Amino acid sequence: MDYLYSTDFLFLVGTSLAKTIFLIFLVVLPMVSYTVYAERRVSALIQDRVGPNRTGFPLSLIGGKDWSPFLGGLGQPIADAVKFLLKEDFVPAHVNKFYFWIAPTLSMMPAIVTLAVIPFGSTILGVPMVVANINVGVLFMFAISSVSVYGIVLAGWSSNSKYPFLGGIRSTSQMISYELGMGLSAVPVLLIAGSTSLPQIVEYQIHNGWMMLPYSNGHLGWGKTLLWIPIIISFVTFTISMFAETNRLPFDLPESETELVAGYHTEYSSMKFALFFLGEYTAMIAGSALIVVLYLGGYHVPGIPNGDAQGGIPILRHVPGLIWGIVNITAFFAKVAALLFVFIWVRWTLPRFRYDQLMKLGWLYIFEIALVNIFLTAGILACTH
Amino acid sequence: MAYVVPRPNLTWKEKIYLPSIVAGLAITIKHLKRMLKGETKVVMQYPEEKWDAHMPEHYRGAPTLVKDEHDRERCVACQLCEFICPPRAITITPEEIPAESKFAKVEKRPKEFEIDMIRCIYCGLCEEVCPEQAIFLRKDYAITGTTRAEMKHDKAKLYELGGVMKGLVHKWNPKK
Repeated sequence: MDYLYSTDFLFLVGTSLAKTIFLIFLVVLPMVSYTVYAERRVSALIQDRVGPNRTGFPLSLIGGKDWSPFLGGLGQPIADAVKFLLKEDFVPAHVNKFYFWIAPTLSMMPAIVTLAVIPFGSTILGVPMVVANINVGVLFMFAISSVSVYGIVLAGWSSNSKYPFLGGIRSTSQMISYELGMGLSAVPVLLIAGSTSLPQIVEYQIHNGWMMLPYSNGHLGWGKTLLWIPIIISFVTFTISMFAETNRLPFDLPESETELVAGYHTEYSSMKFALFFLGEYTAMIAGSALIVVLYLGGYHVPGIPNGDAQGGIPILRHVPGLIWGIVNITAFFAKVAALLFVFIWVRWTLPRFRYDQLMKLGWLYIFEIALVNIFLTAGILACTH
Repeated sequence: MAYVVPRPNLTWKEKIYLPSIVAGLAITIKHLKRMLKGETKVVMQYPEEKWDAHMPEHYRGAPTLVKDEHDRERCVACQLCEFICPPRAITITPEEIPAESKFAKVEKRPKEFEIDMIRCIYCGLCEEVCPEQAIFLRKDYAITGTTRAEMKHDKAKLYELGGVMKGLVHKWNPKK
């Protein structure tokens, strides 16, 4: 009981709340809306179109000379949000109301909850920049992100309509198949770092070089070079599984609009549909964040000190740690943004898999390669240490 | 009779599928780069950019009335255009030109001249039929309005769009 009234506990609650509000409302949700915008612009550019380049603030309202598209389309996410809020929220008569209402939230919430264990920065004023520093961070990510399949399955089932139902079934089997591959792909990283705590994996990468860039700490080594091979395999299989987990093309069978109208969210409208949409993009951000943490060194940039002004190039340590803390957070989200661009880029390049190809890839290739890769990593580790 | 579809024998490179993914990504990023550099031709941004400079001489836009170089209305209210107009968009109310006017010998002029731009089909028959060459199809094509009344071009509006047309009317031209 004493602990509950102690200043330590209040400090913990206060900082956690501040971090959550910063992460969710100031970074991730705006990032989600602008990822949607980026998706539309990048897809347009890839297909030799222009894309939404007009929605902005009409300067003529505040006495501008003529109607000029100030912001050049950057107001699009705001316009989309307003549209979603103002649209009629139509619930068909034939649906199972309870599950129909609960499904959109179930697809959005897990994606947000997984962000709790992501170390998105080093420290700011001595406070570590991770909402929940638990020592099973990776397992937590996998466990919670697999809950999001319930949102899709319930949406498909409660809609009581054939296309959503097919989408829901496809989603179940797809997510279960690829979860195995994803979990096993990440094991080599856990073996090398010797921890399942995400902040500790980042710490390991700061000291021993990033997983994907083993020489980033400035030291060469035979062991590291040998370990690079299984890590690259693991990175490729993990990224492919991540695409499947987030239902992105070429694995978007649950909603494949050319076959199933819109898949599991066919019967949804207004903000409920928007929740599915946002949930997909939030899951993309959480997935990219996990890839960044596991393989790309998290918030670390070679040569930049951490939030306590330690490490990095000695001359930079004279600058206050607060600045480096902010630089670290920026670096982390820059890496996430770069990965999101890859997500979008791949989506507008590859066609969708056929269903049997998807299952074959998941069970016969990704799963097996990941499994063999674990033994390969363990063998290399046993020989070099 | 059943027949066997020959399946192509895939090479090792085609089977692992990754090289073709990389090739595809290279193609899409090439298109993106060309768009960013502005090398790809894209659609015109309509209200800001227009095709007006490339419009042909014979373009049939909004019908308008013209005045001559002495500021006289060319229209003599003969109502030929009103009668020939296929959708009956034109309504003319003629009036006599008062005797004290400089142009009193012309005798008639339109008191009201209305073209309903909702009805107009831009066929150009009015221009063709006009013996005085008073009505011309100009190049205005974006005729908009928020009410039906606004879409009815009255005399003032028609002269504003038409402007001045100089030179002799064909019928007074010297014989060839």
